[in-house]
Amino acid sequence: MDWTAINLSGKLALVTLLFLMPPAIFTARWLAMTSLRGKHWIEGLLALPLVLPPTVVGYYLLVAMGGNAFLGGWFEAVTGSTLAFSFTGLVVASVIFNIPFAVQPVQRAFEAISPEIHEAAKCCGLTFWQAFFRIDLPLAWPGILSACVMTFAHTLGEFGVVLMVGGNIPGETKTVAISIYDRVQSFDFGSAGAMSLLLLVISLATIGVSYGLVARLMKRRHSP
Amino acid sequence: MLTFPATSAARAQRPAIAAAADLQFALQEIAARFQEETGLEVRLSFGSSGNFTHQIAQGAPFELFLSADENYIFHLAQKGLTADQGALYAIGRIVLFAPHGSPLRVDESLQDLRAAITDGRIKRFAIANPEHAPYGRAAQAALEHETLWKPLSPFLVFGENASQATQFAAAGTSQGGIIPLSLSKAPQISRLGSFALIPADWHAGEPLRQRMVLMKTAGDTARKFYHYLQQPTARDIFVRFGFLLADEDNH
Repeated sequence: MDWTAINLSGKLALVTLLFLMPPAIFTARWLAMTSLRGKHWIEGLLALPLVLPPTVVGYYLLVAMGGNAFLGGWFEAVTGSTLAFSFTGLVVASVIFNIPFAVQPVQRAFEAISPEIHEAAKCCGLTFWQAFFRIDLPLAWPGILSACVMTFAHTLGEFGVVLMVGGNIPGETKTVAISIYDRVQSFDFGSAGAMSLLLLVISLATIGVSYGLVARLMKRRHSP
Repeated sequence: MLTFPATSAARAQRPAIAAAADLQFALQEIAARFQEETGLEVRLSFGSSGNFTHQIAQGAPFELFLSADENYIFHLAQKGLTADQGALYAIGRIVLFAPHGSPLRVDESLQDLRAAITDGRIKRFAIANPEHAPYGRAAQAALEHETLWKPLSPFLVFGENASQATQFAAAGTSQGGIIPLSLSKAPQISRLGSFALIPADWHAGEPLRQRMVLMKTAGDTARKFYHYLQQPTARDIFVRFGFLLADEDNH
């Protein structure tokens, strides 16, 4: 068991949630309510990481994070270190490839709230923000929690993007998935097996929890 | 505890070191001895020399790079990223490896490999990717020298680096492969099959002159390890893993 890698993956997943969830929730709320004409293009754009090969995402991130590129150059000027091959770079990558996992479940949850509830809230004189915090969020929590566990598990398992922009540095960019790959290459099937089992259990638990939450939402939707 | 990984100051205490995959076992042993003797720790990453060269050129924070091909070191030196021209630390050799139960018999003349290609005993044969792994290029050069490259081509599988090629060659997923001597000598791998040394002059164009270099950013620990690699303890370990020692003036 490579505890350094497990620890690093856990940290990466938590930091990703911290940065990604707040904007994801607001984006999801806006997408659920808006009747903008080009809405499906925006939804499509946000869903891109689902269908793009990780190597393509990795390639573009590597190009964007290079010292000569805008993002990479700016980061280097501010911090003095490169964005690629650093933990911060992994966070940027992780936030980007998790967008669909964070936005979609929350959007579905907001869409499940019936318009009558919003009208009632307006009649009672609640402002947008009061309604958001007192009505929308409490009603959508299963979707939000589902998005959190999905994003967390997906970050633990991401391989292709991390391999391309991370550089496999122990304690810095060597995540669990990369460590498994590494252990197999060094003929250490014991560690590779133990870590694979760990990820398998976590993934299964994630799917179970997530499906349970969705079932809750659907039940609420169909109960009078 | 939610803290970002080590700051650069703390990182210098445990420098990240990039090493060619053929050093997988030898270097881990040397690093362990180094830690016993000095109390200092290094973090090792293994991969293909070509990939590391790209990553270092793009700013990957490695403080020391041990390449399987000295040309990559010269390339980085030209870019002004290294402290100097580095030091030759070993000469690598390649072997023909066949896992137990393979229909391929290993011999130094590759006679049976030639026969096995024609009579259909070879279905899969593993080498490292010649595009970015020096050991893959050496394997290709040796096969070309023996006019086996073209007939063997349809059966080749490429490992991403020498370690993965060894994985493919030794795990019984193929009938064999051409891999580093240093990996086939490791107990984890030697018990999986048998091997025969391929003559060095068959890959004279890819001599596997393995050179290491400190980066300009290298800290104290990395420098100490670099010197340690040139001391008798480390050199004895290199020899035990089948590396020839290079004697050249490193001024």
